[in-house]
Amino acid sequence: MEHIRMPKVENVRLLDRVSSRKAALGTLYLTATHVIFVENASETRKETWVLHSQISSIEKQATTATGCPLLIRCKNFQVIQLIIPQERDCHDVYISLIRLARPVRYEELYCFSFNPKLDKEEREQGWKLVDLNEEYNRMGIPNDYWQISDVNRDYGVCDSYPTEVYVPKSATAHIIVGSSKFRSRRRFPALSYYCKDNNASICRSSQPLSGFSARCLEDEQMLQAIRKANPGSDFLYVVDTRPKLNAMANRAAGKGYENEDNYSNIKFQFIGIENIHVMRNSLQKMLEVCELKSPSMSDFLWGLENSGWLKHIKAIMDAGIFIAKVLIEKDWISFGHKFNHRYGNLDGDPKEISPVIDQFIECVWQLMEQFPCAFEFNERFLIHIQHHIYSCQFGNFLCNSQKERRELKIQERTYSLWAHLWKNRADYLNPLYRSNHSQTQGTLYPQMAPCNFLYKFWSGMYNRFEKGLHPRQSVTDYLMAVKEETQQLEEELEVLGERLANLQKMQLNDNKIQSKQQDRSKQLGLSASTNSLANTPQEYSSDLKSFPSRSPSQGDEDSALILTQDNLKSSDPDLSANSDQESGVEDLSCRSPSGGGCLPSEDSGKDSDEAVCLAV
Amino acid sequence: MPALACSWDVATRREQGWGLQRGGRWGRSQLSPCAPAPIFALLQALSSVDSVMMMYPFFYRPQDLRLEEGWHLFPLEQYFQQIAAQTSQWRLSDLNRDFTTCPTYPADVIVPAAVSDDTLRRAARFRQGGRFPVLSYYHPRNGTVLLRSSQPLTGPNRKRCPEDEVLLGTVLDEGERGFIIDTRSAQAAKQARMTGGGTEPKSSYPQWKRLHRPLERGRPLQESFIKLVEACNDASLSMDRWLSRLESCRWLSHVKAALSTACLAAQCLDREEASVLVHGAEGTDTTLLVTALAQVILDPGCRTVVGFQGLLEREWIEAGHPFHLRCARSAYSHARLKQEAPLFLLFLDCVWQLSRQFPFSLEFGESLLLTLFDNAYASDYGTFLCNNEKERCLCKVKENTHSLWAWLNQPEEKKKYLNPLYSHNPLVIWPSVEPQSIQLWQGLFFRWIRPSQYLDEARAEMQRLVEGNEAPAKESAGSRLSRSLSDPAARTENER
Repeated sequence: MEHIRMPKVENVRLLDRVSSRKAALGTLYLTATHVIFVENASETRKETWVLHSQISSIEKQATTATGCPLLIRCKNFQVIQLIIPQERDCHDVYISLIRLARPVRYEELYCFSFNPKLDKEEREQGWKLVDLNEEYNRMGIPNDYWQISDVNRDYGVCDSYPTEVYVPKSATAHIIVGSSKFRSRRRFPALSYYCKDNNASICRSSQPLSGFSARCLEDEQMLQAIRKANPGSDFLYVVDTRPKLNAMANRAAGKGYENEDNYSNIKFQFIGIENIHVMRNSLQKMLEVCELKSPSMSDFLWGLENSGWLKHIKAIMDAGIFIAKVLIEKDWISFGHKFNHRYGNLDGDPKEISPVIDQFIECVWQLMEQFPCAFEFNERFLIHIQHHIYSCQFGNFLCNSQKERRELKIQERTYSLWAHLWKNRADYLNPLYRSNHSQTQGTLYPQMAPCNFLYKFWSGMYNRFEKGLHPRQSVTDYLMAVKEETQQLEEELEVLGERLANLQKMQLNDNKIQSKQQDRSKQLGLSASTNSLANTPQEYSSDLKSFPSRSPSQGDEDSALILTQDNLKSSDPDLSANSDQESGVEDLSCRSPSGGGCLPSEDSGKDSDEAVCLAV
Repeated sequence: MPALACSWDVATRREQGWGLQRGGRWGRSQLSPCAPAPIFALLQALSSVDSVMMMYPFFYRPQDLRLEEGWHLFPLEQYFQQIAAQTSQWRLSDLNRDFTTCPTYPADVIVPAAVSDDTLRRAARFRQGGRFPVLSYYHPRNGTVLLRSSQPLTGPNRKRCPEDEVLLGTVLDEGERGFIIDTRSAQAAKQARMTGGGTEPKSSYPQWKRLHRPLERGRPLQESFIKLVEACNDASLSMDRWLSRLESCRWLSHVKAALSTACLAAQCLDREEASVLVHGAEGTDTTLLVTALAQVILDPGCRTVVGFQGLLEREWIEAGHPFHLRCARSAYSHARLKQEAPLFLLFLDCVWQLSRQFPFSLEFGESLLLTLFDNAYASDYGTFLCNNEKERCLCKVKENTHSLWAWLNQPEEKKKYLNPLYSHNPLVIWPSVEPQSIQLWQGLFFRWIRPSQYLDEARAEMQRLVEGNEAPAKESAGSRLSRSLSDPAARTENER
């Protein structure tokens, strides 16, 4: 590729974020799609793969005696710190990466070269998994009040809307077109969600171009039509997600908000969700807190509060709760639905980037924490979606509108993430979910005040690559294994029962079954230590370093063993940072406090128990 | 009618426990703030009744328990036998049988076999309150030990005590080194010399390296607790100020510090293979916090329901944590009690943090920790009464009250406290002490604020899943694990 000035640099060191003494020496490769770091250590040859599209920022730091440091921050919150011996090499890598991480054409994105070896039919199948029309059908639409309109068939009315939009039956093409002219970017009010139980609906639109006094008859009629589409209700809530001040300021630019005097029977409400610039800064600040090296409890809590992130999350949750009081129906968030958000991945105005989708995903997680049985999917599902929104490995999140996606023939040229997730759906299931459980019936009512404080920091996402910070044992995985096992045992029992019946019929001995049962009880004895992740102590003390230790460090051995385990799990690439389908490579996850990364070098941690557990 | 009076006593004591007004779980009459003044005064007087023997446990007589049950479940003798099976370097000494050597130690203590009772008596005179170094935990993997004591009385003139030096010297072999973890800052330890205390000077104890890990105690810890409970109950507090309010309480910092120090002690034993002596000043508060926590981290035996009870009995109750003074009023106390401090609660919180980070490794769940918290502050049972064994003997607690353990260990009762996900884990559990990993214990601090319905349902669902697994083929419980053990691909699934 013409943008790669430097395909390979040797003697590069990959620093450990937790402990600087644990740097790994290796070779850095730049390819058309990935940055790859391969460790020299012969027994592991650990590899770290990072997709160019995951790179959020690259920072070249001041050259030191040891070399030139390069800091790569990824959109999935991974941070990679390299030290390149020669300043010139570092500069070349830096310049190359800057270009590679900011492709200017869609065709440069990974999804156009990514090939999971599916045939055409399977590819098409993947794209059909989520069908918006079917979604609306499930909601009971079209019906007496709502219909599909083809007014936007050539994207003639609004180029960021799909061709098929759902509008009230009484809204004529004239009204729609008229209304669209009164709306920012022509995004006229269209149906987002319909609740067939009570005919209530959620519509969305952009702000009206009202300025200080302008009005538009068609737009007023449009809102009227929406109100009438719910015969049970006398009025319509118009919810403006901005703080009132922002909306008022917008009037000076000829935009603004609906004047209650001009629209009959509407109730106006501001929610006060800050704009994308505030959110972007907030996320930035929070990530800085996550990056702090061994912060004190106070540093962390102060930083978290100052970032305002949780406050914004709460504001969004409150908005959601307000808008619907009836927010999320079970199926609504069921597998693969609804996440049809859009996100630009090309080089562009950095001011247009905002973590809205991250916030949505986090809100869902916060809900999951409050309603552990209500969601069919688990935390991993959310994390992997977040990862792939930025990975550009699948075509789903490309472009800004359906129009652009069609022009680029995304569906013919790339693969769908939903197919990929669906294939591995067993990994993403919440073992506590049961379709007949009370928490899956109808609406969830999240906690409002005074339980503000239930919103928590999501370290599983934002410190995703610092594995040592997370609980060492996964309840989800355990329960999933239990569930699977139960199922198998029941099946086995059935088979055995049948066989027993047959055998008895044939007056034969049932030796086989007995021996089988004995095998089982033998296995039982082995089970003791497996469900616990063997771990090693963190740096609880710096004082210990000065203390002579009686045996050489075993820390490396421990971490090497952990590496091997992590290598094994690369069969699911999504878990690792690199996410390359075929390469099955190593990620950085082992650079964690628990991975032996920060053991004091004097540490004489020879723990035979742990070694046994790791080796079996 | 003392019985009635005392039941009132308990009721009010409970009312003053924080959160209880809201809870109403106790099924007793709730105290209205506008109760007639004389009754209010009477109740207040009764609730601070100083005579332990007038307290409710002395009158509580449940039908299905016998008085003597549960009092002798965990004799030190039994713990000692486990050690004796591995080494002859330690002995059980009853030199304190009349509580004269140390009024806050139990009758029996485990000491180095080579040190005579006489030497111990002299060493005791050199330690505050007579709390000479005794064995707290023997680490079977490498034979190192965890000791605890109070501060040495070096005083401003840097007094020495040959017997104390011999006692500590005996613990270490020639050329071996050990660590002294002082739970005060170096500065505070130095200042303690002015009031007759101090710390072990390097010159007198050449084999021991001192580490200072300041832990909060006493009044500041109590303030921290009060502030946290206030913050949790402050309905007017908005999300934007919550985190800084939480920070200003400092409670989570105390949790982090306590866990880190216990991990340090555990790391010295298990990784550095060095013995450790822990002490602060009096040796009855932060010292016990550290030694008890270190054992939960190191010793899988302490992570079972019964093992945990044994640990509490040995390292908190018999070791002389002054429960009567420390756990009198909890967080809503208006009387500024000098002696009140939630060290035991801090310990329970740290154990909860461990249980969150290692959800399969503790046999008991949050409910046991909550029950212990409740009972430490107000109980039907005599287990947490008095400040030490001497007082318990004087009050005849073991003869005249019921033991909490007897009640907890009834099969029906015990079932409520079990962790459905428990699976014996023989390894050391090293927790993460990074701020991202320390969480507020919502189950306790939001206990009366947050509806727990959905979380309870989740717990029930877990229970159902696990039991469902056991039902079809009981003999194979756990075979999924051995299967994943033999299948590396499956095993890594568990370790994501």
